[in-house]
Amino acid sequence: MLRFSSWKVTSILLMSLLAVLLVVPSMLGETSFKSIKAALPKWLPVEQIVLGLDLQGGAHLMLEVDAADVLRTQVANLRDDVRRILREENVRTLSGGIGAQGRTVQFRVTDANDRAKALTKLRLQSQPSGMSALGVASPPTFDIAEATDGMVRLTLSEQATQDKVRRAVDQSIEVLRRRVDALGTTEPNIQRQGVDRVLVQVPGLQDTKRLIEILGTTAKLEFRLVADTGFNPADVEMLPQTDQPGVLPIEKQVMVQGEDLTDAQPGFDQRTSEPVVNFRFNIKGGQQFGAVTSANVGKPFAIVLDGKVISAPRILGPITGGSGQISGRFTVEQASNLAILLRAGALPAKLTIVEERTVGPGLGQDSIDAGKLAAYVAAGLVVLYMLITYGVFGVFADLALLIHVVMIFASIVLLQATLTLPGIAGIIFTIGMAVDSNVLIYERIREEHKLGRSIVSSLDAGFNRAFATIVDSNATMMVAAIILYFLGSGPVRGFAVSLGLGILTTIITAVTMTRMMISLWYRWARPTRLPI
Amino acid sequence: MKLLRLAPEHTNFGFMRFRRVSYPFSAFLSIISVATFLLIGMNFGIDFAGGTLMELRAKSGKADIAALRASADRLGLGEVEVQGFGNESDVTLRLRLQPGGDVAQRAAVQKVQEALGTETYDYRRVEVVGPRVSGELVQSGTLGVVLSIVAVLTYLWFRFEWQFAVGAVIGTMHDLLLTVGFFCVTQLEFNTTSIAAILTIVGYSLNETVVVLDRIREMMKKYKRMPISDMIDLSINAVLPRTIMTATTVFLALLALVFFGGHVIRSFSLAMMWGIFVSTYSSIFICSPILIYLGVRNLAAESGKADSSVD
Repeated sequence: MLRFSSWKVTSILLMSLLAVLLVVPSMLGETSFKSIKAALPKWLPVEQIVLGLDLQGGAHLMLEVDAADVLRTQVANLRDDVRRILREENVRTLSGGIGAQGRTVQFRVTDANDRAKALTKLRLQSQPSGMSALGVASPPTFDIAEATDGMVRLTLSEQATQDKVRRAVDQSIEVLRRRVDALGTTEPNIQRQGVDRVLVQVPGLQDTKRLIEILGTTAKLEFRLVADTGFNPADVEMLPQTDQPGVLPIEKQVMVQGEDLTDAQPGFDQRTSEPVVNFRFNIKGGQQFGAVTSANVGKPFAIVLDGKVISAPRILGPITGGSGQISGRFTVEQASNLAILLRAGALPAKLTIVEERTVGPGLGQDSIDAGKLAAYVAAGLVVLYMLITYGVFGVFADLALLIHVVMIFASIVLLQATLTLPGIAGIIFTIGMAVDSNVLIYERIREEHKLGRSIVSSLDAGFNRAFATIVDSNATMMVAAIILYFLGSGPVRGFAVSLGLGILTTIITAVTMTRMMISLWYRWARPTRLPI
Repeated sequence: MKLLRLAPEHTNFGFMRFRRVSYPFSAFLSIISVATFLLIGMNFGIDFAGGTLMELRAKSGKADIAALRASADRLGLGEVEVQGFGNESDVTLRLRLQPGGDVAQRAAVQKVQEALGTETYDYRRVEVVGPRVSGELVQSGTLGVVLSIVAVLTYLWFRFEWQFAVGAVIGTMHDLLLTVGFFCVTQLEFNTTSIAAILTIVGYSLNETVVVLDRIREMMKKYKRMPISDMIDLSINAVLPRTIMTATTVFLALLALVFFGGHVIRSFSLAMMWGIFVSTYSSIFICSPILIYLGVRNLAAESGKADSSVD
């Protein structure tokens, strides 16, 4: 008990000092932190505590790729492929043309030769492009089944849809990042969650309504011709308009797509001074647009965004300059949003917001203040209570408690974990719990002393006998913390982190550190009476 | 300096005598918990029930709750709960899960925000949980509680003789049940942080139990001839100062959290406080007396097993 080697004392002191140093940056203001960080070498872990969105305010959005939408697109594409192949091979289909339902596309070809030609091409088509990583060919994207009456049925595999969903998530992450960046936010966190979800966390954002509008839009832009009277219903679809009721007949064939835009900027129309979006095509888009407009002077064309007609202006003359403008009775904000969406590109599939949590900066600050106040009051009460119960030993426990709290914060900084409001609650809870170890030890010391042991011997027995119980009782809390960490999300995970870290640091501070302080005190004071 | 002692020196309470009161009492409370759970149920927050929670603050003056309720009711979004809390300018709006999947929830929020405008109110918090996410949260929450119970059982199985383990399990279940009852009776909102509270209570409850049982086991080796109920009393009296001390410090910390920690985590803090109270009670009055019924005496006689794991 009394022998506490000086290297042990030194390392404990160093550890505490290190913890204090790790926490100092978090107590600085933004500007002084930045100047200090710049002045110090880069490899030093000079970081501030990362606050959760519930504390700093911001938006937490979980978006999910609409698998049904992905499947629909896949089936539509497959159908187009079939149509193209049949056309190229000059194969005629019988009654009903090419049907699509669920995950199957079917058509009927009675002539066996024709069918064989088409099937050869289709089999080729069903092989996915490229090999898998191991050099083994991936399974075909769709199965081909032939019925006796010349019916051919193509069924998309589940695997193909799943792969597509996975790819759609990856592409969406890119697009979403470009969109969020365009809003000028700092350090958004965008990451995949599971198979079909994307988590978007944007800290400190004021205008969450706009963020949601911008993230929730697919932004698939198409330039298509408005159908002439007497159109073929198979080549035309009726689309709603954004600025007025009613539908317009729009050709299914797309002249130019949003992918062919190189730039889009909000602006104002020179004549009407109405907000518009000015855009520029890439070379391919420009040529296509030029060709179609030259051939269709006098006819209206439609600018279609996500299946809705924004506007349908008349082609006054060939547009060959490779640039143009979209007007659609926009507000200034709508025009600016559309420009951002067009610059960032379209999402590969429809995304649905399945979870949304936004906290305004005001509430976040209130929560920080409340958490701080509660922590101070809790610490004050516990410190005072320990002091009046254990006197000088209470001082040791309180010092250990202080280091304990500093160490929790230091670990959070070091691990770059996130501090949330439940996390603060967790720290406050461990303030109450941390002294439990001290209490266990002190009460044991008293008991041993009452049984007639000498002071030194009681101190020794107290620490040794209480240790097993301390480890035991903390182990049970640790189990709870670990389970919470793996199952909880966001704020709750923050609670698990501070609870778990708190348990670990308790062992260091309440046991080792208190023991050191008491042994140093004993050597210095040589008490004749146990002070508790 | 005269030091404060909440527990008097040399206590010698006959705790075990109370088991004839404490068992029926706890049984009664447990039945009430189950009954309220079945009849009234918990007040599930949007994490588990899905739906929308909005927290608004009037930009100037008081929030007009009646007007808010009236304009929210006009939107045809089903039952809209409007509640004031804290000071008079704060109010929460809660929408039930709207029929029509994830998209419908977002649309409902938009409808409300359009109807209320942004001139009079600040939207301090908006949380929308769709039907699938809430389902998943229910799943992971249930899994968490079940897993923690399994983990606890495993731990006890390794750590204690079966009689002790049974006592600890019954104590933990008792605390769990009464905490559920607490949520049902108070109708405090039950959400993901409540699961955190429950798991922490399980941890704390076990912590208390382990401390008491550890001491009983130690005493068993020392006083092999003593009647079991006297020995348990002696053990509990020995750890009583510590039990009271720790319960008080944790209680003080949680008290600060309840009063100053803000409304966002108040239900968490209250549940924890209740949990501390119940755990302390059950470790003394529920877990330990079970040892008498399970005939731990035999164990004391052949105490070889206990020796190996203590100290």
